[in-house]
Amino acid sequence: MNLLVFVKQVPDTETRIQLKGGQIDTSSVKWVANPYDEFAIEEALRIRERLGQGKVTVLSLGPDRVKEAIKYALSLGADEGVHLRGDGLALSDPLTVATVLAAAARKAGFDLILTGKQGVDHDWSQVGIMLAELLDLPHVSVVVHLEVDPTAKKGKAKREVEGGAETVEFELPAVITAQKGLNEPRYASLKGIMAVKKKVIPEWSPADLGLDASTLTEGAASIRFVDFSLPPARATGKVLEGDPREASRELVRLLREEAKVI
Amino acid sequence: MAARIAVLAEAKDGAVRKIALEMLAEARRLAGVSGGEVDAIVLGSVPAEESTRLAQHGADRILQVEGDFLEPYATEASAEAVRVAVEHGKPETLLIGATAHGKDLAPKVAARLRVGLASDCVGFDDEAGELTARRPIFAGKAFGRVTWNEKRPRIATVRPNTFAPLDPDASRRAETERLALGNVSVRARVTGFEKSEGEMLDLTEANIIVSGGRAMQGPDNFELLRKLCKVLGATLGASRAAVDAGWIDHSHQVGQTGKVVNPTLYFAIGISGAIQHLAGMSSSRTVVAINKDRDAPIFKIATYGIVGDLYEIVPILTEELQKVLKE
Repeated sequence: MNLLVFVKQVPDTETRIQLKGGQIDTSSVKWVANPYDEFAIEEALRIRERLGQGKVTVLSLGPDRVKEAIKYALSLGADEGVHLRGDGLALSDPLTVATVLAAAARKAGFDLILTGKQGVDHDWSQVGIMLAELLDLPHVSVVVHLEVDPTAKKGKAKREVEGGAETVEFELPAVITAQKGLNEPRYASLKGIMAVKKKVIPEWSPADLGLDASTLTEGAASIRFVDFSLPPARATGKVLEGDPREASRELVRLLREEAKVI
Repeated sequence: MAARIAVLAEAKDGAVRKIALEMLAEARRLAGVSGGEVDAIVLGSVPAEESTRLAQHGADRILQVEGDFLEPYATEASAEAVRVAVEHGKPETLLIGATAHGKDLAPKVAARLRVGLASDCVGFDDEAGELTARRPIFAGKAFGRVTWNEKRPRIATVRPNTFAPLDPDASRRAETERLALGNVSVRARVTGFEKSEGEMLDLTEANIIVSGGRAMQGPDNFELLRKLCKVLGATLGASRAAVDAGWIDHSHQVGQTGKVVNPTLYFAIGISGAIQHLAGMSSSRTVVAINKDRDAPIFKIATYGIVGDLYEIVPILTEELQKVLKE
């Protein structure tokens, strides 16, 4: 079974976001594999382990630094990594990204594609689903439980919805987008980290994928950012100290009379 | 140019969801700017009184697409049904609720039509036909304004609780046009639903949220917060620390790797206020923090705070709230 995992590199969730010249300042950002993509990697590894066969290929689109995210996935146990070169492409446009990933998936070949439900940077929650549409595949998004049967070419997933979880039955091949709760990602082993050193990570350019890069630039993007801003600072509040009974009564009064929220 | 704006009116158990009425209000405002009209798109069958409700809340026309596999929800059928409605109505802009189904559907529709999608929008600005949308990024640590290329429709998903529905206008009428969904191949379909604990509203829809953090010390102490939730009619939330410790299910997590919430009232109890938690809840209107540590970052963003032992304060607060809310 060929399992493809698409991984994005994003700023660590502990990052304090700041603007510089009207843009998001990434100069002191610690780049990590997108947390939701980690669940996708883990699930692919578990499927391979459960079946006792299969190949997990991790692909990441972006500048040279995304190789680190690929190496991280390899250290966890992925079999192969591919760096999709994104020079000059509109990487903030989900449709552009999905177009490149779809071409890469076709070149790599697949039975199941996994990725995170969203990147924790731009929070679009679009790429995995668009990828499925561009490849004419069914998808299940925001998945918290997954079972696949490659012989019957079928799968069953649970996805999170308001107030509960839906069970979705689907046909393979398919695209799955992972939600927290799908699994508990493993840590890299020393052996895994050592093994990465021997791996060669091939680079695929848009041309290698049969794409015309000029149709994937910022000028052709379906959507683009105009500007960025930071949320307004919250006013300093009232802090109550002292007797718990008195403080609780005062809080209830404030909620009722000042904030008018209860 | 007069713009036509379409709103996908998601229904649940035969009733149109509130988000549809919220989007109709915003669609009316945007249509007013350009002298345009508003379509409500309905998938499958809804009772006649629901069509009336859509009209009274701002729809000029209802496009009802009927066919197989629209109920229960199947992405492939719904995406094709929306495409049929868009082809018929030719809207400039299409609004879809940022609900579980809306977020699953909108990217499929956008990719099928090869048009841009702005997700999770919290505001729109129309300057002489140049529409921009405002949306949180990094879970609300920042905001981005986005704009679409020349292809139409522009699609946006709209975060629930962002816009207030219009007061119903009983004099408003809308004609219904019925459209047929052709054959679609449905390779993924919903075959079951499991309700999560309690009768609580989902975090993303809740008006009041009570969240517990590391200081809850274990799963059992969340009982204290459940009692407070019951008195307030609130939904139970948690910090990543509490979820990662296994004390409560991840579906309760508020923050950058959990839910981004915007309730009227948010209680952060025993939560210090790590940056990734603050990102997910700092757009709440009123924030109450209860924490032992006077220097905890959560007090910097709290509207009201009580410094003290939560195990002492929460039961008393629950009691005091109960007294007042009973009146």
